Amino acid sequence: MAATTLATAEGKRPSARLRRLEDERWLALVLLTPTAVLLGLFIAYPFVEGVLLSLSSARVGDPGQFVGLKNFYKIWNDSIFHTTVWNTFWYTGVTTVFKLALGLWLALLLNRHFRGKAIIRAFILLPFIIPTVLSTFAWKWMFDPTFSVINWTLFQLGLITTRINWLGDPDLAMTSIIVINIWRGVPFFAITLLAGLQTISPELHEAAAIDGARPWARFWHVTWPLLMPVTLVVVLFSVIQTFADFQLVYVMTGGGPANATHLFATYAYQLGIGTGLLSEGAAISLAMFPFLFIIVVAQLLYIRRVETR
Amino acid sequence: MAKTKRRSVLKLAGGAAAASMGGMAAILATGRMPAFAQQRTVHWLKWVDFVPASDTLLRREMLPEAEKALGIKINLETVNGNDLQPRVTAGIQSGAGPDLIMAFNNQTYLYANSVVDLTEIAEAVGKEQGGMYKYARAVCSDGKMFMGMPWAVIGGMIAYRKSWFEEAGATKFPETWEQYREVGKKLKAKGRPIGQTLGHTFGDAPGFTYPYLWSWGGMEVDPSGKVIMNSKETLESVKFMQGFWKDAHDEGGLAWDDTNNNRAFLSQTISATLNGASIYIETLRKPDQYKTEKGAPMHTDILHSPLPKGPAGQFGFHLLQSHMLMKYSKNQDPAKEFLKWIHTEKNFEKWFISQKGFATPCTEKWEGHKVWTDDPVMAPFKVAAKLGQAPGHAGPPNAKAAEALSKYIVTDMYAKAVQGMSAEDAVKWADGELRKIYV
Repeated sequence: MAATTLATAEGKRPSARLRRLEDERWLALVLLTPTAVLLGLFIAYPFVEGVLLSLSSARVGDPGQFVGLKNFYKIWNDSIFHTTVWNTFWYTGVTTVFKLALGLWLALLLNRHFRGKAIIRAFILLPFIIPTVLSTFAWKWMFDPTFSVINWTLFQLGLITTRINWLGDPDLAMTSIIVINIWRGVPFFAITLLAGLQTISPELHEAAAIDGARPWARFWHVTWPLLMPVTLVVVLFSVIQTFADFQLVYVMTGGGPANATHLFATYAYQLGIGTGLLSEGAAISLAMFPFLFIIVVAQLLYIRRVETR
Repeated sequence: MAKTKRRSVLKLAGGAAAASMGGMAAILATGRMPAFAQQRTVHWLKWVDFVPASDTLLRREMLPEAEKALGIKINLETVNGNDLQPRVTAGIQSGAGPDLIMAFNNQTYLYANSVVDLTEIAEAVGKEQGGMYKYARAVCSDGKMFMGMPWAVIGGMIAYRKSWFEEAGATKFPETWEQYREVGKKLKAKGRPIGQTLGHTFGDAPGFTYPYLWSWGGMEVDPSGKVIMNSKETLESVKFMQGFWKDAHDEGGLAWDDTNNNRAFLSQTISATLNGASIYIETLRKPDQYKTEKGAPMHTDILHSPLPKGPAGQFGFHLLQSHMLMKYSKNQDPAKEFLKWIHTEKNFEKWFISQKGFATPCTEKWEGHKVWTDDPVMAPFKVAAKLGQAPGHAGPPNAKAAEALSKYIVTDMYAKAVQGMSAEDAVKWADGELRKIYV
């Protein structure tokens, strides 16, 4: 490379091959190639491998053979898989609604002027910054069946007389992981929405106020529509991340009790990596794809409509 | 100190770069790995021992000794027992990872294609040390090869508080499940329930649910491998469990792993739990820290007992640990040398003594060791490896049995039932899951 640059610097005419780059189409191709290679190597290739794996009877240490859609048929009739699908939708739906509501509320509060604003804003981000596994371990102790500090506090306050079985009861276990996901996700919503809020010109609010709009009307008719594009993008990111969540559930419950809190990723991991049934694990994680695809396409179409409105 | 000049540094760096370039070219030309990758290093992955003193002994004394004796380097890595299987899968699929990996129970069958035959070492150790137990042989060998080198059996017994059981009217440990439930009911009423995990965890969960099932006459499969889970006997066992759980157990157990019951017992929130001897050994190690409510050292109030009898008899299922030598390993010879070294009587004894009876060796000779007579509380563990029943009973402990075990089907059946699913549905569910495996 260095040699070529030197040669051109000495005043020789660029070679025919290099002159071709003056054509924009060739230049575009050259500039895009590294990205295409990266995408191909780290996204397309694993994806295709995953599809092939899900169509085989591969187990750990045994490449298996082509079995068509048998694995998908198998998981279709698997009661744990049904629970997994329901759990994933419930988990994603509930957490997204709460994260959006609380995040927006927090963003509106942070958008006001008060003392120590910068520090508070930095602190708000903490749950999002701490590595998930680490913070989830702290939560695990708080929900521990024997030593839960939450139970201890409620007991000392006289609110409960017996222990609450946070992680041993299927519904409470699900609630626990939902709470933690919300705790972790709110800062992301808050900070992003705050950035969105700051792009809204205060003059619009003033004009609305002069016209006699009450705070709620100002929010509903000025802030909310202008914040919509940002909100949709944040929700989209969050949905994708939450749908494919792994760490939180893996650390908290491992999918238990008795497979009651599995999400796609944790169940795929348990079958594929834990038990070594690679093909079935691949089928489960691929089953996530159509759902996610539909959600993402719908949201992207909606975002485009909002933006072009 | 000699002054370092810029020029000399440049010269040195240039020289090093040239050498490495030359080296690279030479390596590429010969098509061989550079010498540093061929150093005889054995990467050994095992669980974090519940008797921490043993891991310390390995790290501080035994491994340095082995390194000196064999002229190799040994990297010991310890992880939570529940994380071993994922590591095996990752290693096999990527063709790189630890050379020796600890396997639990009949997991060895799941990885049969990817491990090296260790028959020679296993048979030699068996012959030298009084013969290998049938249980260890069945779990590690499919008759053609030893897929893992049997290491030890972690006996599972009920550790219980003697004085609390006496207060509840039991002067000796209950012999049947009915009696155990009666005592447990009284204990739970006093805020001292029985602690038992029904979670997805390698040791204490199947260590309880399998023998419990067998003791009622329930079985996953018959000797020919036909699924017979949905039986009257299994149903009885599940129905009894539903009441037993509510009456006598700590209901937090559904979310426990193998460590929770240790903590609960040591903090005096449960009166009894199926466990290896680690609770007792911990109280022995720290008599000042662990005391009874009356101020006596807790170890004086702990006894061990096998699981009670059911209508079909009394059973035990004890965690058997073996070491698999992976086919992908580039250090198979040094790994074998190391296995031979650590399994010699002299070396193994050091480790065995440090376990204080937590681990029972897989060969008969050790039954006569003084570890068992030194402390009568540990005596019940002596024959754990002799009396254990393999998962998959009454069928062989093959890959299918291992898959069922890895999926926690038996454990989940009871967990679902105590969570409110009807006994009939829970049994039907388990039977259906087993049929998907035993096709």
